[in-house]
Amino acid sequence: MDYNSISKNIRKKILKMKYESQEGHIGSALSCVDILNVLYFKILKIDPKDPLNEDRDRLVFSKGHAAAALYAVLSEKEFFEEKILDAYCKDGSKLAGHSTRGSVPGIEISAGSLGHGLPMASGMALAGKKDNKNYRVFVLMSDGEMDEGTTWESALFSAHHKLDNLTVIVDYNKWQAFGRTNEVLNLEPLAKKWESFGWSVKEINGHNFLEIENVLSIVPFEKVKPNVVIANTIKGKGVEFLEDKLESHYTHITKEDYEKSIR
Amino acid sequence: MRKAFVKTLIELAEKDDRVYLLTGDLGFHALEGFAEKFPERFLNCGVAEQNMMGVAAGLALSGKKPYVYSIVPFVTLRCLEQIRIDVCYHNLDVKIIGIGGGFSYGTLGSTHSVMEEMAILRTIPNMSVFSPADLLETEELFLKTYENKNPAYFRLSNIGQYEVYDKNPNLEIGKPNVVKDGADGVIVATGLMVSICLDIIKKIKNENNINLKLLSVHTVKPLDEKLLMEQISDFKKIFVIEEHSVIGGLGSIVAEVLADSGYGGILKRVGMDDEFLKEIGTADYLRAKHIVKKNGAIEDILNYFK
Ligand SMILES: Cc1ncc(C[n+]2csc(CCOP(=O)(O)OP(=O)(O)O)c2C)c(N)n1
Repeated sequence: MDYNSISKNIRKKILKMKYESQEGHIGSALSCVDILNVLYFKILKIDPKDPLNEDRDRLVFSKGHAAAALYAVLSEKEFFEEKILDAYCKDGSKLAGHSTRGSVPGIEISAGSLGHGLPMASGMALAGKKDNKNYRVFVLMSDGEMDEGTTWESALFSAHHKLDNLTVIVDYNKWQAFGRTNEVLNLEPLAKKWESFGWSVKEINGHNFLEIENVLSIVPFEKVKPNVVIANTIKGKGVEFLEDKLESHYTHITKEDYEKSIR
Repeated sequence: MRKAFVKTLIELAEKDDRVYLLTGDLGFHALEGFAEKFPERFLNCGVAEQNMMGVAAGLALSGKKPYVYSIVPFVTLRCLEQIRIDVCYHNLDVKIIGIGGGFSYGTLGSTHSVMEEMAILRTIPNMSVFSPADLLETEELFLKTYENKNPAYFRLSNIGQYEVYDKNPNLEIGKPNVVKDGADGVIVATGLMVSICLDIIKKIKNENNINLKLLSVHTVKPLDEKLLMEQISDFKKIFVIEEHSVIGGLGSIVAEVLADSGYGGILKRVGMDDEFLKEIGTADYLRAKHIVKKNGAIEDILNYFK
């Protein structure tokens, strides 16, 4: 299957979960779909039949509130059956609004509190180096997570320890929970910040499959440096009335909008 | 409760220009009223809670009255050392507002459903801990604490029942409030459990003619222990219920006070077991599963007091 149809399937699954559960964080999930698609269908060396293989590449999903996107891509990649998604955010279920390790196969960390993924990923990358393993660690982060002190503590740590097996992907949709990133807490110049912390930086369009594939295929960009890909994205991507809107973080999807958007 | 807090804060800010509101990038459809009225005193500090709490301490050291707002875990545990050292060690006028207390955000899982923070915060010197039962308690405690200059934490729920009082209860900080009198037993509750227990008590009265007393411990710390003893020690059996870990919360507090006093009766503590959520769900579902139904359903309470 081609990237386009896979992303379409993932988005449909997300919308179904969101509609049936009436949960928010829709825009957050939609903005990282295309990145997850390329990671899972091209980049990551993983085996859905052996999800805890010691040598697997790790995808640390740090923006845990976008869990629906992760569940959807994991089901698309056949880590588990699609019907498990029906349990999303239901009473008595394991499939929480935030991704939780152990709930379904393929989830590396329990997330939901922002700014925890990168430190944990740094630990995994360091362990890989110590054990002479070839696995790589990718971390999907939100731009809101760039606010957290832990992000920059880890940035120092990972550069210091030359973790070139570590790659951060920033889902840079320019929105956080209560405003635009440049109005709440300006991140710019973001690329320069990472560079000055000793990371190798590339910037791409996070909805252009080819760009995503090309950049993630060539890590490490430089020897002995950790990598960061700043992916410019659109919050709510793929559902017109949600695109680039703060409301996409909170809206619950109506029946009418649901039916319209999955067409 | 969140609405009661914002409304009262706007009133305070109108007459006192030292009042600041800091948020950790939350407050959609809640804080806009304040932000529009007082843009100079509204600070969205971003998703950076440790810095936010330190900044609040700095503002307080410079004569301001900061109110710091976020979801419970992020405004308590994420910045715990800033609370302990910057705010409490300096004994500063910083008021911490945690929304989504207990199981309010149950579908979002364990990261958002914090069951430990009252136990942790009450051990920090100078800190006060409030867990109001309804809108009127929230408002009164809020106005009362505005008048003092010490650190305080408010645990607010967003989802569930609230109405406990039809008129102002006239609370005093530290003094548990008798919501309902009764001679056949006493239930000591805090936060949302007060309104839930009030319902249960009414049913038990109607159906079984057992008349239970209900206390709302709106101030978890400081606590007037002498008054609490007067309110409960005549009963041979005491039932404590809270939407919080059984370790260190209200149940532990009551147990400590009773043990110190040489009380000879029986105490039952009901709360969240010492575990993370294995399953998620709505606030109602999780309350029923972990607190109200499991140990505290009508039958359990009845059997206990029979
Ligand atoms: C430590 C922490 N603070 C606050 C929150 C509440 N919260 C959830 S999502 C979010 C921000 C959303 O924006 P962003 O992180 O940029 O992610 P996006 O949804 O735009 O991808 C916030 C503040 C949280 N989950 N964790």
